Formats: sequence, structure tokens, C-alpha cells
Amino acid sequence: MRLKNVTNDLILKTATTIIVFLILGFSVYLFFAGHNAPGGGFIGGLMTSGAFVLLYIAYGFQTMNRVVKIDFKTFIPIGLTIAVLSGVGSFLYGQPFLSHTDGYFHLPIIGKAHLATAMIFDLGVYFTVIGVTMTIILSIAKDEGEQVENAE
Amino acid sequence: MIQLLSIVSTVCLTVIAVSTLFLLYRAIKGPSNPDRAVALDTIGVNLMAITGILAIKLKTTFFNDVILLIGILAFIGTVALAKFLEKGVIIERSRD
Repeated sequence: MRLKNVTNDLILKTATTIIVFLILGFSVYLFFAGHNAPGGGFIGGLMTSGAFVLLYIAYGFQTMNRVVKIDFKTFIPIGLTIAVLSGVGSFLYGQPFLSHTDGYFHLPIIGKAHLATAMIFDLGVYFTVIGVTMTIILSIAKDEGEQVENAE
Repeated sequence: MIQLLSIVSTVCLTVIAVSTLFLLYRAIKGPSNPDRAVALDTIGVNLMAITGILAIKLKTTFFNDVILLIGILAFIGTVALAKFLEKGVIIERSRD
């Protein structure tokens, strides 16, 4: 049963190692572009989880668990904590909850940059979306594998 | 010049729409499931073309992200579909 399905996915694996970096770079671009152009935390998180899904499709659970030693379920509380803290932080300045501010700063390499605290909230959305999407997909796929194993 | 660009983009949009209709016929009527998978992948490519031509017609650059997004999603979807048709499971448990 198992031997019949063994194939050599050399082209898929080689293409995946290149394409995943393109998708991850595009997702980071979407995340940072969200303030002035289409994009933002949600679609950036979806693209990042798309890259992870492509890796899981190409390499399977065993290899990916050896390579990526992070539990995607911990991304959800991390992201929610970042989002709540970005809202609570406005209390330090005597402002209402979730008051955001922005300003122009001079960064060492990039030069003049427009930084907004709304990006910290977006970072929380980003982590939460990655955690939720990967948890849904991986738990569904894992459940299917266990059922096949029990049936054999 | 603008007139020519408008005419050309309208003609291209019409041709791609007709091509998408034929692909839709193949996706509905296709004798086997791989036919439908290939038809859906090509519909994704046509969708990228339609988005590009619409970006020209509407004179905006905000659609360029959408084109790349459709390309990535169509690729991941086609890979998942091909893997399901070949092996019956999309994410394998092990590589033995």
C-alpha cells in the first residue's frame, strides 16, 4: 500500500526551495506596504502560511518537523498579546485605548522613515493569522494520516 | 495614442474572456479530473492577464500585488490538487 505511492518529487522539491523564498519576501513586502498600499497584516500572514503549506506539501510532516521546530499554536497567543499591548500602550500617555500615533524618524540605513504604532498592531494580526491558518491546515492533515494508519 | 491603448486593451480583454469561457467548458465537461485541474490552472493564468489589463484600463498600479498573489495562489492550489490526484494525500506523514 505504501510502496505503491512512492514517487520521486525532485522537480517539486527543487522548485519549492526557490519559490518559498520569493513568497516569504512578497509576504514581508505586503506586511510593510499595508500602510499606504494594498496589503497589511492579514494578507501578509496568509502569504507566509502559504509558503509554509508549500513546504509541507513538498517535504511531508517528518522532514518539516525536523526542520521547523516551532509549534504554530504558540503564534496565536503571541500575536494576541502583541495586539493587546499595542492598545494598552496608549494608556502610558494618558490617551484612550488603541490610540495610535506616527512620526518621521531618521534610521541608520534606510534614511528618513515614516513609522506608525499601527504597525505593531498589524504585527499581532500577522502572527495570529499565521498561527490560526497553520493550526487548521496541519491538524486536518494530521488527523487524515492517523486514520489511514489505523485502517492498514 | 490613448485611444489606441484603450481599443487594444478592450480587444485583449474580450479575447481572454472568450478563452476563459472555453476553459470553463473544459472544466465542466472534462472527461477526467486532471483535465479539470489543468483547466482551472489556466483559468488562474487568464485571471492574472485580466487583472493586468484592468490595471491598464483603470490607470492604477495597486493591482500589481493582486497579479502576483493570484500567481502564487494558483501555483499552490495546482500543486496541492496534483498531489491529491497522484497520491490521495496532500501532506504526507513521512518520505519513505
